[in-house]
Amino acid sequence: MTPAAGSTRATRTAGNVVSWRAIEPAPVVLITGGEEFLAIRAMERIRHQLRQTEPDVERTSLDASEYAAGQLELAASPSLFGEAKLIEVSGLSSMNEDFLTDATTYLSSTVPDVTVVLHHDGGARGKKLLDAIKAGGAPVVECQPLKKDAEKVEFVNREFRDARRSIEPGGAQALVAAVGSSLSELAAACSQLLSDTEGTVGPDVVERYYGGRVEATAFKVADAALAGRGSLALSTLRHALATGVDPVPLVAALAMKLRTVAKVAGARGSSAQLAREFGMAPWQVDNAKRDGSGWTPEALTRAVRVTADADVQVKGAARDPVYALERAVTIIATSVNRRP
Amino acid sequence: MSVWDDLPGQSAVIEQLRSAAEAERPTHAWLFTGPPGSGRSNAARAFAAALQCEQDRPEDRGCGTCHACHTVLAGTHGDVTNVATEKVTISIAEVRELITRAQDRPSSGRWRVIIVEDADRMAERTTNVLLKAIEEPPPRTIWILCAPSPADVMVTIRSRCRPVSLRIPPAEDVAELLVRRDGATPEAAGYAARVSQSHIGVARRLAHDEEARERRSRVVSLPLNLHSVSEAVVAAGRLHDLANDDAKSSSERRNAAEREQLLTALGAPETGKLPASMRSQVKQLEEDQKRRAKRAVTDALDRAMIDLTTFFRDVLTLQMGTSSELINEQIRAELEQYASNTTAESTLKRLDAIGETRQRLATTNAAPLLALESMAVSLL
Repeated sequence: MTPAAGSTRATRTAGNVVSWRAIEPAPVVLITGGEEFLAIRAMERIRHQLRQTEPDVERTSLDASEYAAGQLELAASPSLFGEAKLIEVSGLSSMNEDFLTDATTYLSSTVPDVTVVLHHDGGARGKKLLDAIKAGGAPVVECQPLKKDAEKVEFVNREFRDARRSIEPGGAQALVAAVGSSLSELAAACSQLLSDTEGTVGPDVVERYYGGRVEATAFKVADAALAGRGSLALSTLRHALATGVDPVPLVAALAMKLRTVAKVAGARGSSAQLAREFGMAPWQVDNAKRDGSGWTPEALTRAVRVTADADVQVKGAARDPVYALERAVTIIATSVNRRP
Repeated sequence: MSVWDDLPGQSAVIEQLRSAAEAERPTHAWLFTGPPGSGRSNAARAFAAALQCEQDRPEDRGCGTCHACHTVLAGTHGDVTNVATEKVTISIAEVRELITRAQDRPSSGRWRVIIVEDADRMAERTTNVLLKAIEEPPPRTIWILCAPSPADVMVTIRSRCRPVSLRIPPAEDVAELLVRRDGATPEAAGYAARVSQSHIGVARRLAHDEEARERRSRVVSLPLNLHSVSEAVVAAGRLHDLANDDAKSSSERRNAAEREQLLTALGAPETGKLPASMRSQVKQLEEDQKRRAKRAVTDALDRAMIDLTTFFRDVLTLQMGTSSELINEQIRAELEQYASNTTAESTLKRLDAIGETRQRLATTNAAPLLALESMAVSLL
């Protein structure tokens, strides 16, 4: 994400954005964003904090998509012994009309000693309600998926710091490379390292626990193959298959990369012109031009045909989809004149 | 006037069916085969009409004027069931229903006739369900199956049916039919019959629809404009889009209407969310529509590839010097030039590439765009 985009978002959600690591109980708390794991962490933190001050807090869970009118009011109404209450509402992104009405009413008359946590995992549904909550000054926790490796490394560092431990930069990077595709897996790996090891965690320790495991996506395989790096492409392919990537999307990724390279290969004109002509983004054209530098028309023809063969083979025309893929990747990687 | 009038060039088959319809007890299962467009399903319907015909004398059956003949040909006769699918395959549930239907006695006609127009579009498991019903049907039930070739149905089905094989009708006969029945001009009819290679349905569309003619000539001239890999990939993409748009534009309105109808029939609430019980039915409909769309795309692509084949067929004809008639006579000059620049060997390779792609698209779940790209770069 560019800094500019980050700053506009900060101004839009005016002041009351709170990190999920620092959220405190409030009459109304809004959790937004698609990263389920962070949302769960935030909810757990609120629960934990409430229990410290009020050990016998009464917890109610509601689903906004199957909400029946009056449930919220019922859950928030004072009980005989006057204990504190925590109401957790999930599924706001598919909330029904009843919930929208009740929640809007509740906002204008919150009940003391009641904490309402609302989780909205993205989408436009109920935007009015979200805006009203934000305008009311309620704390908002944004749980956006961590996309960049740097953000994930930062996450690992924080996990270790919170446990009063530390991890070397190389170790954090190795950990993200090994299990970084899912945040919950990454967190689980952190807690395993925290409980199983002592002292500062270095790359060697991560290597011992998670060595030999590389997160490989279909596009990494395709990139390596089209760049003519045969051995890298094959090992990445093996890693991808071993970490659960299906052969069909692997072929689709190869086909997609080849398609852009082939389109741009023979065409003349500026990147912007070509981008308009082929319906691609300019950076895609630039990438494809770079990828296509080592390709001759004959090699491209061979590559497209072998990919099409692999496509039917992985869909049942051949006995062994993995062999079909390896053959395609090998032929593609050996067809290109490798860049110096 | 008789029910056999609209079967151009099939005199042998007509003779066979006519005598069968005269018989007191015709064979109980028939397998009509013939290349696409030869009029398999029309022949099947004509035969069904002849079987149900109300004429007193057996040799007059198939008059085409009595009530039974009319209703059978129009597809409204109560005892004639016509099964065709717009999806990729006929499902096992549909066949089970058919078997139940086959047990009923005819209500008004002499026979209960069940015509399965796409017998080749049944999975092996589905065909097995049909096996018993075809082998020993109730006394007054007659099955008519249609498929492009006997090899398209399982051998166990084939051996239980009496074969009827239609041939490719001569182009003149098809042209004559287009002029007589559809009122096309002789020139348009002659052209349409020739370029469609005597596929009656396609010929009719080409004779009447300017846009279809336009589309076809664009597809046929495709190899002339292929000079680089880039152009080939772009052309493949365009072909793919064309087929998709074509399928989408014809289905969009129909899909919406069907959904509307279903919701009305279910008595769905006008606002708010659908109750779970109705949602499953709407979902079922949407899935059916999706399957239908896939079939429409596959068919459009298949048609385009057949048209493309005619280009290379003509090139090969010129290269081999057989001096037989060209299908694409209108672009003879370009064809001759193309033929002199390439060899017969490479033409055969290109024909193979098209054939392979056709087969992949029709029989496997191949990604259409990738398959087309592979074909297009093979044509370079």
